[in-house]
Amino acid sequence: MPQVFRPGANLFARLSIAALVVVLGVGAVVGLVWYPRSDLGTGVNDPIEQPFPYSHALHVGGLGIDCRYCHAMVEKSSTADIPSTETCMSCHSQVATDRPTLQLVRDSYQNGQPISWNRVNNVPDFVYFNHEAHVAKGVGCETCHGRVDTMNVVYKAETLHMEWCLQCHRNPAEYIRPRANVFDMGYQPQEDQRALGEQLVSEYKIASAVQLTNCSVCHR
Amino acid sequence: MQSSSNDPKGILDIKAIREMVASGRGKEIWRSFDDLVDSDQFLEFVKDEFPRQASLANALSRRDFLKVLGASLAFAGLSSCAPRTGEKIVPYVRPPEELVPGKPLFFASAMTLDGYAQGILVRSDMGRPTKIEGNPKHPATLGASDIFMQASILDLYDPDRAQVVKNQGEARNWVDFTTATVPQVAALGGNKGAGLRILTETITSPTLGDQLRALLAQYPSARWHTYSPVGRAEEHAGAAQAFGEPVDAVYQFDRATIILSLDADFMFRTPGSLRYQRDFGLRRQALPETEEMNRLYVVESSLTLTGSNADHRAALSARQVETFARAVAGRLGIDAGAADTAGLPGANWLDPLVDDLRSHSGASLVIAGDRQPAAVHALAYAMNQALGNIGQTVIFTDPVEPALTNPVGTLSDLVQDLDAGSVDMLVILDGNPVYTAPADLHFAESLPKARQVIYLSMYEDETAALAHWHIPATHFLEMWSDARAYDGTTSIIQPVIDPLYQGKSAHELVAFLLGQPNAKGYDIVRAYWQAQSQAANFEQAWQQALSDGIIAGTALPPRPVTPTAGPAAPASSPAADALEILFEPDPTIWDGRFANNSWLQELPKPLSKLTWDNAVLVSPILAEREGLADRDVVALTYRGRTVEGAVMIQPGQPENSVAVTLGYGRSRGGKVLEGTGYNAYAIRPSETPWFGDGLEIRKTGRRYDLATTRDHSSMEGRDLVRTADYDEFRQNPDLFPHEESNLPSLYPEDVYPDQAWGVAIILCSCVGCNACVLACQAENKSPGVGKQ
Repeated sequence: MPQVFRPGANLFARLSIAALVVVLGVGAVVGLVWYPRSDLGTGVNDPIEQPFPYSHALHVGGLGIDCRYCHAMVEKSSTADIPSTETCMSCHSQVATDRPTLQLVRDSYQNGQPISWNRVNNVPDFVYFNHEAHVAKGVGCETCHGRVDTMNVVYKAETLHMEWCLQCHRNPAEYIRPRANVFDMGYQPQEDQRALGEQLVSEYKIASAVQLTNCSVCHR
Repeated sequence: MQSSSNDPKGILDIKAIREMVASGRGKEIWRSFDDLVDSDQFLEFVKDEFPRQASLANALSRRDFLKVLGASLAFAGLSSCAPRTGEKIVPYVRPPEELVPGKPLFFASAMTLDGYAQGILVRSDMGRPTKIEGNPKHPATLGASDIFMQASILDLYDPDRAQVVKNQGEARNWVDFTTATVPQVAALGGNKGAGLRILTETITSPTLGDQLRALLAQYPSARWHTYSPVGRAEEHAGAAQAFGEPVDAVYQFDRATIILSLDADFMFRTPGSLRYQRDFGLRRQALPETEEMNRLYVVESSLTLTGSNADHRAALSARQVETFARAVAGRLGIDAGAADTAGLPGANWLDPLVDDLRSHSGASLVIAGDRQPAAVHALAYAMNQALGNIGQTVIFTDPVEPALTNPVGTLSDLVQDLDAGSVDMLVILDGNPVYTAPADLHFAESLPKARQVIYLSMYEDETAALAHWHIPATHFLEMWSDARAYDGTTSIIQPVIDPLYQGKSAHELVAFLLGQPNAKGYDIVRAYWQAQSQAANFEQAWQQALSDGIIAGTALPPRPVTPTAGPAAPASSPAADALEILFEPDPTIWDGRFANNSWLQELPKPLSKLTWDNAVLVSPILAEREGLADRDVVALTYRGRTVEGAVMIQPGQPENSVAVTLGYGRSRGGKVLEGTGYNAYAIRPSETPWFGDGLEIRKTGRRYDLATTRDHSSMEGRDLVRTADYDEFRQNPDLFPHEESNLPSLYPEDVYPDQAWGVAIILCSCVGCNACVLACQAENKSPGVGKQ
C-alpha cells in the first residue's frame, strides 16, 4: 500500500504542534498577563469624554483651587464625591456667566436635573474603598489619581487593580506623604522617602502589612 | 417545640412540682415547670433544640463538587477586567445641608404612646430613618428606649399601610375629599355644628388641643369625645376624688427607698414608665455606704414586669387589692374603713411593710395601679400624704392632657348621639374604635348611623371598613406635630422623611374642618408656637427646640395640693373564691395598634415568653382545679359574652384571677396580624373595663398551638447565673471569684497592647423590658421567623 504521508510529515506534525503550543502560550501571556495590565486593557491614560468640557488643568493648575473645594467629602466620607451643581454655581453665578460651555451647568441649577458625569476612576462593587481612611493616613491625591492639575480631560492615571493596591498595602512607607502635603500636586519628598515613610507610618499609626493585606479590609 | 405541643400528658403534675420546691433540691433558677422538675418533655425538647448533625443524605460526590468549584472559578476573574465600566456618576444639584454620604445624621423628635411623648433621636442614613434611640435630653427617656420605640421604625415601612385616600373602598385623593366634603362642612355651620362630632384617643398635643378648641368655638354645638382602651381614666378619677380637681401625679423613684406598688406596673404600663425604670434602677445598684438600696413591695393581680422585680410580692385578685390598701392605710392612721385581711395573700407582711414605710417617711412611695378603681388611687395619695412623701417622691402637677380641662364627652355619650340619629359628621382621629370599643356599646352597629364618617388612620383596619372616607395617616416620623411627656415637657415632633404615601396628619385634617384644606402641618405647628412664644427671637428658640428635642421650660411645676376628701366607704366584697377576669394591655402589642408589627409579634412577652398569640393566663392552682393544661382552648363567658382562647399556665398568677390581654384577634389591617390570638375586647364591658368577677371558664376539648420560647436556651445544669443575698455580698465582695480556663488552646494568645473592650450589663438594673432584644433586631435588621 502506498504511504499517504510524505516522509517529512512527521517533522511537520511535530513542528506544528510545537508552534501551536508556542502560539497558545504567547496568546495566554498576551491575553491573560500583558493585556489586562496594558493601557489598552485598563484604560489608563485614555481621557474620557464628559457631558461638557470641564478642565482641571484650568481650575486646579491655573487657578490653584484646592481639591477639597469641590470634592468636599474625601476627608469625611467613605465615598468620594463629585461636586454638586451648587458648588459650580458658587463661582459661576458671578464668573463667566455668559459662557456657552457652562449652559449645561446653568440649566441644571435652574431645572433641578443633575449633570450625569462619566465615571473615570472606579473599583468593582465587591471592593470597599474608603477615601477618608486613605486621606487621613497620608496617601496623596496624586498617588492614585496622577497629576490632575495637568489634565484638561480627566484620564485614569493608574490601573486601580488589586495588584497595584497591594504594592502600597504591602509597603506603605514607600508611598506615604505628610498629611500637610496630601493635596499637593507635583510633590517631591524632601528626605529619603524610605526614612520619612517609616516615620510617618508609626506616627499615623498605619497598620502593618500583614493587617493591611487581610482580605476583609477591602472585601467586606 | 415538637414534643410538648400536642402531648395529652401536658396536664400539670402539681404534686411533683410542690415536692420539688419543698425539698429544696430543685433548681434555684427555672423558666417553666417542665424545667423545674426536669420532666421527660423538657429533656426531649432540650435535645431537639440543637439536633446532632443531620445526615448528609444528598451529599455531593467529589466529582460534582469539583465541577461546581470549577464553574465558580471561571466566573471569579472576569468581572474586574473591564477597563471602561461605562458607569455614570451623578451628584446632587443642591445637596442637603450637613449630609455626608455614608455617615448618618441624627434628628430629635418624639414618639407618642397613648398620647404621651417619649423623646427620641432618629438616625437618618441618606435621608431615610433607620434606627430610633432615646433622646438623652428628654426627661421621659434620658436616652433609654422601650420596645415600642424600637419597633415603631418598622411601622414606617410597613407595606400594609394605607396609601391612598379611599371613599368607601375606592381610591381617591385629598382634593376629591375636600371638594366633596366642603359643602357638608358648610352645612354644619347652619345649626352651629350640632351634627359634628370628633372622636380622638388620648392626646397631649398642645397644637391639636388648640385646634380642637378653635373648632368647638367655631361650632359651639359640636362635641369632642375621647376614648382610649388603655389610658389613665381610673387615675384621673382617683385624683378627682382626692383633690376635687384634675391633677397628674409624677413620681420620683430615685428618691424613694421603700416602694409599695398596689397593682401598679410602673415599669411598663404608666406614662413615664421608662423614666421610672431608670430611676428605680439607680437605687437598685449596690452603691457605697451613703445610699441605701431600695426595696420594692408589690401586690398585684397578674405577673407583671414590676412584680418580677419585687423584693416582696403577693398575688391577689384585683378586687382584693383595695382591701390590702385599706389595711395599710388603716395602720398608717388614715380612716379607711374596715379591712378584713384574713386569708389575704401578703397579710403576713403588712406589719413589717408599714414599719418600713414609716421609718422612711419622705423617702417612701405608694403608687396605685391604672386598673385599680378611683378609691385605691385616693387611698394611695392619702398614704403618701401621711408618710410625708408629697413634694419628695411624689409631686402633683396640672393635667398634661388638654381633654381634662375641656368639656369632652365619652364614647357612650357618642353612641347615644349616634343612636338618636343626631350625628351628621363624625371625624375619628385614629384609634380604631370599632375594634377597641367595649363590647356592650355595640359601636360597630351604631357607627353607620352617622351620615358621614371620616376616619384618619395608618392602616385600613376594622374602623376603616365602616367609614365613608378613609384618610391615610402619616407616621410620626413623617409629620409635624407636638406632644407632652408624663411630666409636661413638650417636644416638637419633626419629620425625618417626606410622607411616603398620601398621608395627612390630624392637624391637617382638623385644619380642613376649620376652613383651610391646604394647610401644612409645619405651618400649623409653627404658628401655634409662635403665638405662644415670649422669646425675643422666635426663630432661634424654634431652632433650639428642634435641635434639643424639648421646648425648654415646659415641664409642669409641682402644685401644692393636699388630698382633701377622705376615701369613700368600701363597696361590698364578693365571695372570696368567685372567679375574676382581668384585662391587660398586651406586653408587646399594647392595645392592638402594633398587631401588624412582626418584630413585636415575634418578641417573646417578658414573663410568659409567648409569641405571635395571646393566651388566657391562669394560675397553676386554678389549672389543677379545672383540669386545664397548656394550649387547651377554653371558652370564657363574662357578663353574657363569650370568647375562646388558649390557656397558658402562668406561675405567679393569683389563684382566682384569669388574665386576658388586649390587642389580638384582629380581623383587618395587614397580613402579619391575621390569625393571631383571640379578641379580648369582645367580652370587655364599659362598666368594668379592667376586672370583674363572675367569669365562667369551660373547656372546649380543642387544642391550639402556642409558640413560646420559655424552654429555649436551657443552661442544662451549668452554673452560669449566680445569685446571692445583698448582705452576703456586702460582707464578701469576692463571693464570685473570677474563673480562669486552664485548658490548652491551639490559637496564639490574644494581645491587647492599648485597650481591651468588654460589655457589662448591670443585672441589678435590668428589669427585663426586652428593649435590647428589639434594638438588636432593629440595628441588624434580623428577619423574623414566624410562628411555625
